[in-house]
Amino acid sequence: MAENLCLDFPGGRTTCLLGRSGVGKTSLLRHLAGLLPGSRAAGPVAYMAQRDLLLPWLNVLENVLLGYRLRSDGAERRSAEPRARALLAEVGLGERLQDLPHTLSGGMRQRAALARTLCEDRQIVLMDEPFGHLDAVTRLDLQDLAANLLRGRTAVMVTHDPLEALRLGHEIRVLSGMPFTVGPVIAPPGAVPRDPGDAALLALQARLIGELRRAA
Amino acid sequence: MRPLVTALGLVAAWEALVWLTGLPPYILPPPSRVAVVLIERFDLLTEQAAWTAAEMALGLVLGLVLGATLAVTFAASATWRRWALPLVIVSQAIPVIAIAPLLVLWLGYGMASKVAMAALIIFFPVVSSLYDGLRRTDPGWLELARTMDASPRAVLLQIRLPAALPAFASGVRIAAAVAPIGAVIGEWVGASAGLGFLMTQSLARGQTPLAFAALTILCLLGLALYTAADRLSRRLVPWPPPQGD
Repeated sequence: MAENLCLDFPGGRTTCLLGRSGVGKTSLLRHLAGLLPGSRAAGPVAYMAQRDLLLPWLNVLENVLLGYRLRSDGAERRSAEPRARALLAEVGLGERLQDLPHTLSGGMRQRAALARTLCEDRQIVLMDEPFGHLDAVTRLDLQDLAANLLRGRTAVMVTHDPLEALRLGHEIRVLSGMPFTVGPVIAPPGAVPRDPGDAALLALQARLIGELRRAA
Repeated sequence: MRPLVTALGLVAAWEALVWLTGLPPYILPPPSRVAVVLIERFDLLTEQAAWTAAEMALGLVLGLVLGATLAVTFAASATWRRWALPLVIVSQAIPVIAIAPLLVLWLGYGMASKVAMAALIIFFPVVSSLYDGLRRTDPGWLELARTMDASPRAVLLQIRLPAALPAFASGVRIAAAVAPIGAVIGEWVGASAGLGFLMTQSLARGQTPLAFAALTILCLLGLALYTAADRLSRRLVPWPPPQGD
């Protein structure tokens, strides 16, 4: 996919990896998560795949606490439960704690997956097109939510949506080519989440789209 | 409702056939005659039915426990998989009917040989369905578990096993459908009680209507067992099957 790749991700900030479908963004993220053969994660990570991957036999609260459940640490699980409840309330699922995932809408499931990812409480958060399957408005809402909840963590988010990268990324890197190369750091001004109606942002979006086009 | 109408139609056709051809009841008794025997010999029939039902239920429990244990062992241990899994598959090449007389010889005319027979017939669909389910866990779930530092044991118990429940449930349904075969074959080969025993006895004495009555009860028993297994498996798996998106 890529050779001699050397990437730095700034601590405590969100880096968006922007690229077209099939360029190898997901592979890069899986490499960072230690999921590719021979790859090792940089440390404990919280990983959010494109699909929500909620377990259909666990209710929403149990799904959010899945990591603690799998590590079979009862004490830690009990101490994490208040945070799980708080996170679920923040993503608007405070009333659905006991429901099974199949009773939720796609947007709700994605929000539950977001809560599960953040409940892991790890310094490094890796997200693969976390809002890919959502309608535009739900997506904007969840982006705001994610930006607030990711504050202070080192996050790497893969996306093919320039606007999403511009709203959430402290830094943006464009991936292009085959094998892919990573473009220079683009650091849009202003705090995240950025206003999607901002003129400067839209100008940057046009530039990013141009870059993605040229890369093909 | 519709299957019931079809069944009633078939029974009526049967009655008409006997009436038209004038077949003697020891060759083919009309349903009305079978119904009379069902009522007259109800005590005898329920007594034998209870025996057969117990054999089926015990065989089912034994077969399920044995099958589930083997499937989980195969899923958890590569050593077991290599040394014993081919054997389990080959064991299915032996027709159970062929070893029925041996089981009776070793375990006697009582309940044990029938329970063993039923368990033998049941355990294979259970092993193969559950083992299949355990191998086909959504890779996304397994990766998620890896990033969460889950132990192989936790992954097996918390993810692979519950994820295999739908496959296991279909194995249980098949097992419930074949359980009566095991019990009845055992009774045909050699028994001192049960519906299969009653059938062989009454056929030998030309009491064909009684054999038909026993057969009717046997059908109802099988149906009840299947319905119970179906209900149980629905309770086991309350979530709908995954939709490909």
